[in-house]
Amino acid sequence: MRVPVSWLKEFIDIHLPLEELAHRLTMAGMEVEEICLVGLPMPPGEKHEFKITGLSWDPDKIVVGAIHEVMPHPNADRLVLCRLDDGEREHIVLTGAPNLFAYKGQGPLPQPLKVAYAREGARVYDGHEAEQKLMTIKRTKIRGVESSSMACSEKELGISSDHEGIIILDDDAPVGVALAEYMGDAVFDIAITPNIARNANILGIAREIAALTGQELRPLNLDILAEGPSIAGQISVDIQCPELNPRFLLGLVRDVTIRPSPYWVQHRLRLAGMRPINNIVDATNYVMWEIGQPLHAFDYDVLLERAGDGPLKIITRTAHPNERLTTLDGEERELDDFTVLVCDTAGSLSIAGVMGGVESEVNEQTRNVLLEGAAWNFINIRRTVAAQRLPSEAAYRFSRGVHPAQAERGVRRALELMRQWSGGTVDRDLVDNYPCPPEDPIVDITAGDVQRLLGITLTLEEITDILTPLGFTCVREGETLRIQTPDHRLDIGEGIVGKADLLEEIARIYGYDQIPETRLADELPPQRDNPLWDGEERLRDILVKLGLQEVITYRLTSPEREARLLPPDTPHEDLIYTRLENPPTAERTVMRRSLLGSVLEIIERNARLRERLALFEIGPIYLPQEGELLPDEPTRMVIVLTGLRYLPMWDHQSSEVLDFYDLKGIIEALLGELHLDGAQYEPTEHLTFHPGKTAQVRMGKRVLGIFGEVHPQVHEQYDFPDTPVLAAEFDVETLLTLVPDRHDMRPVPIFPPVLEDLAIVVDEALPAARVVEVIQKAGGKMIADARLFDMYRGEQIGSGKKSLAYSLTYQAPDRTLTDKEVARIRGRIIQRLERELGAKLRS
Amino acid sequence: MLEQLNRIEQTALSMLDQVRDEAGLQQWRVKHLGRSSSLSQVLSKLGQLPKEERPMVGRRANQIRQALESALVEKSEALQQVAIQRSLEAERLDVSMPGRPAHSSRLHPATQTLRKIYQILAEMGFQIYWSREVETDAYNFELLNMPAHHPARDMWDTFHTTTPGVLLRTHTSPGQIHAMREFAPEPIRVILPGMCYRYEQLTARSEIQFNQVEGLAIGKNITFSDLKGTLADFARRMFGQNVRSRFRASHFPFTEPSAEVDIECFVCGGSGCSVCKQTGWLEILGCGMVHPTVLRNGGYDPEKHTGFAFGVGPERITQLRHRIEDIRYFWGNDMRFLEQF
Ligand SMILES: [Zn+2]
Repeated sequence: MRVPVSWLKEFIDIHLPLEELAHRLTMAGMEVEEICLVGLPMPPGEKHEFKITGLSWDPDKIVVGAIHEVMPHPNADRLVLCRLDDGEREHIVLTGAPNLFAYKGQGPLPQPLKVAYAREGARVYDGHEAEQKLMTIKRTKIRGVESSSMACSEKELGISSDHEGIIILDDDAPVGVALAEYMGDAVFDIAITPNIARNANILGIAREIAALTGQELRPLNLDILAEGPSIAGQISVDIQCPELNPRFLLGLVRDVTIRPSPYWVQHRLRLAGMRPINNIVDATNYVMWEIGQPLHAFDYDVLLERAGDGPLKIITRTAHPNERLTTLDGEERELDDFTVLVCDTAGSLSIAGVMGGVESEVNEQTRNVLLEGAAWNFINIRRTVAAQRLPSEAAYRFSRGVHPAQAERGVRRALELMRQWSGGTVDRDLVDNYPCPPEDPIVDITAGDVQRLLGITLTLEEITDILTPLGFTCVREGETLRIQTPDHRLDIGEGIVGKADLLEEIARIYGYDQIPETRLADELPPQRDNPLWDGEERLRDILVKLGLQEVITYRLTSPEREARLLPPDTPHEDLIYTRLENPPTAERTVMRRSLLGSVLEIIERNARLRERLALFEIGPIYLPQEGELLPDEPTRMVIVLTGLRYLPMWDHQSSEVLDFYDLKGIIEALLGELHLDGAQYEPTEHLTFHPGKTAQVRMGKRVLGIFGEVHPQVHEQYDFPDTPVLAAEFDVETLLTLVPDRHDMRPVPIFPPVLEDLAIVVDEALPAARVVEVIQKAGGKMIADARLFDMYRGEQIGSGKKSLAYSLTYQAPDRTLTDKEVARIRGRIIQRLERELGAKLRS
Repeated sequence: MLEQLNRIEQTALSMLDQVRDEAGLQQWRVKHLGRSSSLSQVLSKLGQLPKEERPMVGRRANQIRQALESALVEKSEALQQVAIQRSLEAERLDVSMPGRPAHSSRLHPATQTLRKIYQILAEMGFQIYWSREVETDAYNFELLNMPAHHPARDMWDTFHTTTPGVLLRTHTSPGQIHAMREFAPEPIRVILPGMCYRYEQLTARSEIQFNQVEGLAIGKNITFSDLKGTLADFARRMFGQNVRSRFRASHFPFTEPSAEVDIECFVCGGSGCSVCKQTGWLEILGCGMVHPTVLRNGGYDPEKHTGFAFGVGPERITQLRHRIEDIRYFWGNDMRFLEQF
């Protein structure tokens, strides 16, 4: 919310420098996001806690001037010459401002026009540039007439983007006085959090400053000079849903002249970010900004005409089925059954609290104005704003809650301003229908409450001094302070909640920075293990150690993206996804079911950047469950490798690429570190993987995961390099629950081992793991290791056969094995290999 | 005779001086110490000398033999030294040439920061508590003191799923309710880390998914000053022992009082720079005392229990520490980014 500091000063004296004021507000929860200078000088110092923008007006070069005569330019129809007094002497000023043309050639003006005059050398914004671009005023000659100074538009002075004409100041502006002194200002842009919406107005911020600085708040003047007849009996109000419309007030101003508001009003509204319309509409906006009460002005004569011969009756009610209303923005709107309407006997007039209807709008011809001030249920207004997509300043305030007591203040204040600005007469009295006054909570607070929640010791007097400037009434009853909530705020609850609400107010005004820092002294909770979490982090450490880079990917994807995991045209059942109602893009519509799909996309992205990629991710997938509201979120681990096995070096080039066995080596190392002994690797089939190069990893009956080479037809669907892509996917919980809590250390042998090679020829189809199994069974405890070190296929051994060469380690724990013993074991191994596997010893 | 011996010695030594390699040394040995050397001949003819001269000449000749032998050893060692020097010289490398590439790999930068956060908080007694990402409206909003249509809901742009009442959590705070309902009425000190989601335009400054670490402490004697102390300690350990922090009033529906914590910019030390946008302060976390309604929803009696909660964004911290100006780097996983951490 934009808050001009000059407007604040209507309600409170401010002696703090701008930045100090902004700092106090920010620390108290009204974060100043920007300070925009409108003429005032830049605060001193190099460093600023705040973003400071805007233009400072040189006090010597930009002053209030008075135009005494507007004369035609001898050589240009679109320019005029002004006789201008700047307090020192008279100048001839050249301008093309259209708002001076009306005065052209009228001779000396009876009432001089007060303007913002910039002398030669002044720095202002260039009015002809789209953006704010600084320029220095220089002496020039335009069509034969010399000019060295100018009368400025709002755009040139950085007040608004208006460059239609020059600023015409109010008549009492003092000639020759620096403009910065006369009307220089700064605007705070304040972020208003939802709980502090009561302060989305000038008076609210001023009240906070009063509490923060100890300055006295000047009360809002609610007097009205009401010289018309009484409004009583002229109009009736019928509230059909009091819980949605707790209060409805009307006031009447007659014989208004619709015209632009005084300049200072327009100036203020513009600084606040609002567009001046006319004196009546401006009065409603002014009051909304000033005290936070949105108001609505109707053309009274239109309402009388609609009422025909009957009495004027205003009805508030929810919309009928299929009811429609054309709002001020010209749109015909379908209404919901919860939309509250302000109606008369002829039908609907406006969407309550949100936007007026086009028919009863105040316009140039309006003579008599009926002013509405009301209170609305904030939740219902929120629903309406959302349904109608109609955000507005009024709806913003109403949808965060405005106290019904504010409605009367708003109506009284606006009626008086309308009278002053339009020359109208206000009818005495107000129509006030107030069926649902809220109960302003009373909350009891003790010094103990403050100590318990905030950790500070305050006396009841100190608490009173903090809360009173905010409008609370504090009455001491023994050791308790009975605190009455003021009738401008709806954010204080009852009981323990109200207590917390007040303690927040106390802490805020006392100052968070005044509260000491202490260390937790409370009892520690029971300590609990978190094996899954620890295990997950352990997996990450092992995988990084094995040379894999961790990635973290988007968890939102689309079924089309995940369909790339299957060869094209694979028939498959439609997968059920956790699907987004409001996807951010067409490419991210669901929560992923596959972690592999996410990581493969990262391979794709980096394929051209690196000759070797070795990545892993550990993260959740989302699997909707039949009959369950929420999906399962199991954690998966994915490893993907592709590219060169060895990175190229200046003395060594190799075209070897990573293959199945590189990945298997990583998985074996991983399981080894986890002490998962006895994993079985078995060929398996999976649509994503190459049918001949895929294995599942099993421990007993539980399948831990699958790995292999990505199917060539799947590979083709990604923008992958030509090298094979190897991938593994494991279920983390299955893996971790099998990890033993502990394991026994195997003694390191002290006697030397005997090493021997053994080469055999077996059928091509025989899994190598079977050979090792038989060797170990036959060799028993004496075989410490059987490592495959060579495999050979070729004519020498015949087709359909392969030769496997093993390096065997014979080892006894208690002695050095003799040649004889080794020979006996070896004989036994060969015999079993021949008998059970049909192997032949290769000589 | 003695004169002859002296000559032999001089000749031999001066010739040894000129020997340059092992082969020359062998030749010299044969020539000057061998059986047919002049010295050997003198010794072999010793018997022919007059008796009284024999001992003197013999002694002198042996002296010379010993001298030549030790000169030989010395020379041999010197020659070996030269040979080693020469071969070392020949093996000299260009140390400026690049090394053999190792397969280095790292944790993702977000994980690295997360772990640092876990570690600091673990030492203060906060244990990790897992909670889910796809949540109900009740846990994400209602139980956190944000009933339907509550204005505070505007603070979060939410991804809703096609199942009514099911959404992607917008913060880790739903975990507060899960933890409370599991542990009430025991005291709690947990951190709730994990991915959260916001319906935002993907830009350099806003992401649709981001990690958050939420801290929650509940007990019978926990105050706002404890919250300040805990987070000031956290900030000092995270950003440096001398880093100052400040608490600013703010608003979260599930805490009251609520605060935002700024730390003095660790890039410029508070004097103003582009990272802190010249303000000298960096906003790093939001926090507050757990709202009585939330305590009650979690199964605690707000008359007896108090607690605090805070939330911190690891990616934001990583961004600040490394001046990462575009948040999209994190889940983009470009190797050129990942390899820098
Ligand atoms: Zn800085």
